[in-house]
Amino acid sequence: MGVEEDVRRELEAKFPGVLKAARILRPRLVQVRIDRKDLVPLCEHLKASGFEHLTCISAVDWVTRFESVYHVTSWSRNCMVEIDAEIPHDDPRIASVYGVWPGADYHEREAWDLMGIVYEGHPNLERILLPRDFKYHPLRKDFPQEVDRQYVSRRKLGGG
Amino acid sequence: MAQAVREAGDAMWINMGPQHPMTHGLWNLRVRVDGETVVDAQPEIGYLHRGVEKISEVREFQKVIVLTDRLCYVSSVTWSHAYCIAVEELMGIYGKIPPRAHYLRVISNELQRVASHLMWLAAYAPDLGLLTGLLWSLRERELFLDLLQALSGQRMNQNYPRVGGVRNDMPATFPRDCERVVKHFYKKLEEYESLFERNKTFLMRTQGVGVLSKEDAMAWGVTGPTLRACGVDYDVRKLDPYDAYADLGFQPATEHDGDSYARYLVRIQEMRNSCELVLRALKKIPDGPFRIKPPRRAEGAAFRRTEDSRGEALFYICGDGGDRPYRVKIRSPIFCVMSAVPLIMRGNKLADVISIMGSLDVCVGEMDK
Repeated sequence: MGVEEDVRRELEAKFPGVLKAARILRPRLVQVRIDRKDLVPLCEHLKASGFEHLTCISAVDWVTRFESVYHVTSWSRNCMVEIDAEIPHDDPRIASVYGVWPGADYHEREAWDLMGIVYEGHPNLERILLPRDFKYHPLRKDFPQEVDRQYVSRRKLGGG
Repeated sequence: MAQAVREAGDAMWINMGPQHPMTHGLWNLRVRVDGETVVDAQPEIGYLHRGVEKISEVREFQKVIVLTDRLCYVSSVTWSHAYCIAVEELMGIYGKIPPRAHYLRVISNELQRVASHLMWLAAYAPDLGLLTGLLWSLRERELFLDLLQALSGQRMNQNYPRVGGVRNDMPATFPRDCERVVKHFYKKLEEYESLFERNKTFLMRTQGVGVLSKEDAMAWGVTGPTLRACGVDYDVRKLDPYDAYADLGFQPATEHDGDSYARYLVRIQEMRNSCELVLRALKKIPDGPFRIKPPRRAEGAAFRRTEDSRGEALFYICGDGGDRPYRVKIRSPIFCVMSAVPLIMRGNKLADVISIMGSLDVCVGEMDK
């Protein structure tokens, strides 16, 4: 039994009814699925139990819902936890984890900028990569790309 | 004139960038100075945002490698490699990659790491007025680029890793060439050390400058040589080994002071470690195929992290059953280091801003995506 099994049991015992799923994906990696309201208590518990490094926050648009995915690492226990927090598509808000890991600062700003998820409680939630007056959140699936033009071959254009 | 831009409390904001020799790219560092002392800093990034994550969504899995190559133009192989193993994880074929491909990836990654660190040294030295450092390190970098060219056919933007392995096998003379270059490079590294470490000016401008504490570095998600210079021996190659790193065995380089000089020492030591890893991998490389045919389509979500030249790189990739990624998320190490820059800057002198930013090895291409 490795460290991932320990972490999974610990989380299941500490948060009964909160985890919609808790799976071991590969050695040293646990994946849990939660609702957005349970994010901060779970993160505070992880921080207290040795998960000192927030590797990444990724936002995904699954059209029916948004997901904010947190990859959290513990160096001392050599284990990772992936937290998939589900967010309804018509109300893209979730609590910020800036208070738990300050490193969430830029990740959350980027997710707001490109995906339009509001991280409530973030001290400075402004656009980071795009200009301040930009009106869209381009990584959303309803922001189209000119796919056709990229795939016209030279032969089809008649250039030989 | 200076009176006009001054604010209350005798402190004023200065823009260093977007056009400034310090930036080595295109970004803006706003520093608030009180006299000569920096009291606050505010990085403004995004000038080089090309929307790589969005463009990836309309390209087939293999075709994204062209984009990831250009994420960081001095460390192409490591970024494409990070993308490839994340896609392999998503497709469920990571366990089937032939061992020879794993070793070829280690070799190409480590050669790229040395080339990237040499490019850093070549940029850092003239920041401090040491033009000799620029010429010397670019001279040796060319040897490593020649090796990568022999391996992949390209000097830069190698397009070498593939989903399922690597593009081609190494040429027959490659192990011999590597040994020659490494042997030569060890001698040159000693010359570098005597050039930098016995230089009074270099020591004055780096020792005790830009100190980042271990606690701050860990809280702000700083990784790579910058973190290892603070005394944390966190290296993905060691903690979560991928490819052949588990068989090769190595010890990450660490220092304890957390200042610009410690970051320099860590990178010099890492170049040595990388050369050793290349030689060790060339001795142990098994025969066999170097690539398998991957499936075209993938479904689900997966991620994989690697130790890039600048820190922890992570690709989180989702698939919806089609032949193109549904979502690609790139975790760039220097993007996270940039969020800690205000902490590093506070309390230092304005003239040292250049020395500190140089020691962090900023690559705007991967930061802005």
